[in-house]
Amino acid sequence: MIRTPLRPLARILEARVKGENPDSIERENRRLRHEQIRDKARNRAEGRLLVLGVAFFVAFSVVGARMGLLASTEPSEPRATATGAEILNQRADITDRNGRILATNLLTHSLYAHPRDMVDPARVATELGRIFPDLDPEDLHKRFTDGRRFLWVRKKLSPEQMQAVHDIGDPGLLFGPREMRLYPNGRLAAHVLGGASFGAEGVHSAEVIGTAGIEKALDARLRDPAMAGEPLKLSIDLTVQAATTEILAAGMKMMNAKGAAAILMEAKTGEILSLVSLPDFDPNDRPAPLVAKNADPGDSPLFNRAVQGVYELGSTFKIFAVAQALELGLVNPQTQVDANAPMRWGRFLIKEFKNHNYGPMLSVTDVIVKSSNVGVARLALQIGGLRQQAFLKALGFFEPTPVEMVEAPYARPLVPAKWPEITTITTSYGHGIAASPMHLAAAYGAIANGGMAIKPTLLHRDGPPQAQRVMRAEVAHAAVDMLRQVVTRGTASYGDVAGYEVAGKTGTADKPNPQGGYYRDKVVNTFASVFPASDPQYVLIVTLDEPLDTSGSEPRRTAGYTAVPVAAEVIRRAAPLLGLRPTVEAAPLDAVTAVRN
Amino acid sequence: MTEMVYGSMPVRATEPVLPRWWRTIDKWSLTSILVLFGIGLLLGLAASVPLATRNGLDPFYYVQRQAFFGGMAMVAMFAVSMMSPDMVRRLGVLGFAGAFLALLLLPFFGTDFGKGAVRWFSFGFASVQPSEFLKPGFIILGAWLMAAAQELNGPPGKTISFGLVTVIVLLLALQPDFGQAALVLFGWGVMYFVAGAPMTLIAIIMGLVGSGAFFAYNSSEHFARRIDGFLNPDLDPRTQLGYATNAIQEGGYFGVGVGEGQVKWSLPDAHTDFIIAVAAEEYGLILVLIIIALYGTVTVRSLFRLMRERDPFIRLAGTGLACIFGVQAMINMGVAVRLLPAKGMTLPFVSYGGSSVIAAGVTVGMLLAMTRSRPQGEIGDILFKRGR
Repeated sequence: MIRTPLRPLARILEARVKGENPDSIERENRRLRHEQIRDKARNRAEGRLLVLGVAFFVAFSVVGARMGLLASTEPSEPRATATGAEILNQRADITDRNGRILATNLLTHSLYAHPRDMVDPARVATELGRIFPDLDPEDLHKRFTDGRRFLWVRKKLSPEQMQAVHDIGDPGLLFGPREMRLYPNGRLAAHVLGGASFGAEGVHSAEVIGTAGIEKALDARLRDPAMAGEPLKLSIDLTVQAATTEILAAGMKMMNAKGAAAILMEAKTGEILSLVSLPDFDPNDRPAPLVAKNADPGDSPLFNRAVQGVYELGSTFKIFAVAQALELGLVNPQTQVDANAPMRWGRFLIKEFKNHNYGPMLSVTDVIVKSSNVGVARLALQIGGLRQQAFLKALGFFEPTPVEMVEAPYARPLVPAKWPEITTITTSYGHGIAASPMHLAAAYGAIANGGMAIKPTLLHRDGPPQAQRVMRAEVAHAAVDMLRQVVTRGTASYGDVAGYEVAGKTGTADKPNPQGGYYRDKVVNTFASVFPASDPQYVLIVTLDEPLDTSGSEPRRTAGYTAVPVAAEVIRRAAPLLGLRPTVEAAPLDAVTAVRN
Repeated sequence: MTEMVYGSMPVRATEPVLPRWWRTIDKWSLTSILVLFGIGLLLGLAASVPLATRNGLDPFYYVQRQAFFGGMAMVAMFAVSMMSPDMVRRLGVLGFAGAFLALLLLPFFGTDFGKGAVRWFSFGFASVQPSEFLKPGFIILGAWLMAAAQELNGPPGKTISFGLVTVIVLLLALQPDFGQAALVLFGWGVMYFVAGAPMTLIAIIMGLVGSGAFFAYNSSEHFARRIDGFLNPDLDPRTQLGYATNAIQEGGYFGVGVGEGQVKWSLPDAHTDFIIAVAAEEYGLILVLIIIALYGTVTVRSLFRLMRERDPFIRLAGTGLACIFGVQAMINMGVAVRLLPAKGMTLPFVSYGGSSVIAAGVTVGMLLAMTRSRPQGEIGDILFKRGR
């Protein structure tokens, strides 16, 4: 045990010497020390209590001041906000290359209900059922009375509907402002634009997000607050798009096709002026996708045949084999090649259309003009499979197109996994390899613009595009020249449009049967054209799905009778709209007659 | 000699109880409390009618109950305020023991009234919340321990009281009743502060709390959302807070008129946690400021009266009682005006609630007993300390 020292020691020792009792001295000392401690604590507590008192006074004053502040503000209409991230509802407009509006926003209102504030849910349900015939009053009444506090009734209201709902006069029905996406041109360019719908929804605003097409592909750009108000300028020309759509629709009807697609592209830049897929839809009221188990998505109007549709494009591929043979210096346009049909390759027999025989020998130009399978197969064998693959890869046939649509990356071309020589042969005339019309447009663009592999785009570009050379300019010119002869004296004679020097190649491919093999009477007809041939500016691809020309004595399914006349009509209408001057051919000299006498 | 003394009146060395009580009591605080209780009844006339209607009772059923319990509270308050500090200490410590025992028994005999937290003992006609009575008891016990620690060779009272407060806070947090836990902790904290907590320790604790809140905000999504919701200027009008804010704005300076208020019909807690909103709507800013002034008077006046108190136990106990009383009122009103995050806490004397009002009566009675004027050795100071 620690011994507590006696305090104050000096006095206690003194007292002991004197024989006095030191306890009283110590007690006295303890009392004094205690008083000292007490006074010290009291002084300290005094200051701290003052701090506490002032703190409480200030705190009560703050509460009072805040009360006064609140009481002096006007009560605002109660409004609910979605907590968390603010909803951005500024979506940029989309315009065509000339600034005409393709997609914009319109202020409208949504209708929601606070059933607890509702005076007469039964009457409200009946009245709403009268205004919106698609709403079931009984179901509504059930939902109004099942105890929920909030429910959406309609996402968009027309002004008339809004007034009618106003006239119900029930405090439980409320309107929330909305910006909705509006496509003023309706069906025009529907597949390009895609569509938009509401994303995160609050009472005050709702997010508008793209659901398909360029709206979805460039959703981030369109919603970027930093670029709000700056419209997205597409390469589409609204006028040309309208003309193309009109003619393609008429042609599809006339040719009894179940679908059609057209792409009109600037050959030098890759900018797409018009992209049509029929049947189409109204993006303002986008139909639901097909949900039946074995439904072919290709049958839905939402299906974009020009970008999503992957078809065997047939004889339109022949020009690539010929161009490559020219590029490699294997042949020149006048070289004679063996075109004796039918050609036997292993256990396969390569035949011409309707078992013709164009041979025994054909010039390279005539192989294209007459569309000889055998001739082009011989050229392909000379080129070899590896070089053929490399060339097609450079033209973009092995990858999805880079076009700015959300559907594009999913339209991967169907390329044979292995590449034996029979594949080299069939690929040279467009069988066994399947690609979208957009792929074909890009590849024909390379031929038309003098050999540069351009990337098709839907955006209006300012500068010249980045492109890689895939063939020499002379080769490209020679190829265009052959294509021109296809029109002047070959399979596409219906495609000649006076003054615009159309050059092109037809393609007729049998449709593959899902059960295996090919249909005998279902074809996809394609006409891939460039014009004007002397200085190609534009590429036009027209594809008809299951066409049947019944104007002749017998039903005809070849592209020359179906896709070609439709394409010619498109060029006839679109070329003047594009500002292309027709080359007026001087009348032959011997036809000049004296105007006098 | 013996005969002369025998049978005569005993001489009382002290003054009679009541006159001395009246002479020494803090009349301002007493008046404020009586006025607050009156206001509570007045607001009860407005705020508890919807509850009675909902429960199918006579419209003023809850007002009558409140008047009855309030009467008991007043009796308790007067009785306690007449006691000497020593007597308050004795009864307070006994009361604490009882309340603590009751708190321990809650999980076995308590009821939660369907609210999710077991806080009450139900006695049929009334229910008792032990934590309400635990608070003043704990303040008295804590003050005693801390005061004893200041004596020469005294017990380690601060450490013991800290252990005690930890146990109580844990028990309350388990119910869960974080509001009462925070109040008890706060009461202990101010007592420790006044009893002479070292400044470095205070700085360290403040730093720890600050960084703890920072980490909690950054690491706990739930916590962050609560704080964001509190800081967010937009308010969901369908919440209690939304209704309360709207009611205060509707009331303006002079209110919409007696019985004209609407908020009490929408707010489930209009008669308890949000009674200030009812006051603001029906009677306007005037009454709210009066209520704030009354609470401020009681708290601040008590603290200033305790400044010159010589006895450490009286000083500490008074401080703790005044602070929990004031802080409870402040939190309640601060929540209604969105100065503080939402936390259910009753407004002492004004909110409806049987055990709440009686406990408030006991608390304030103890406070009044502590703040009575008594000789503070002023003459001694003058005589003995002059010239020192």
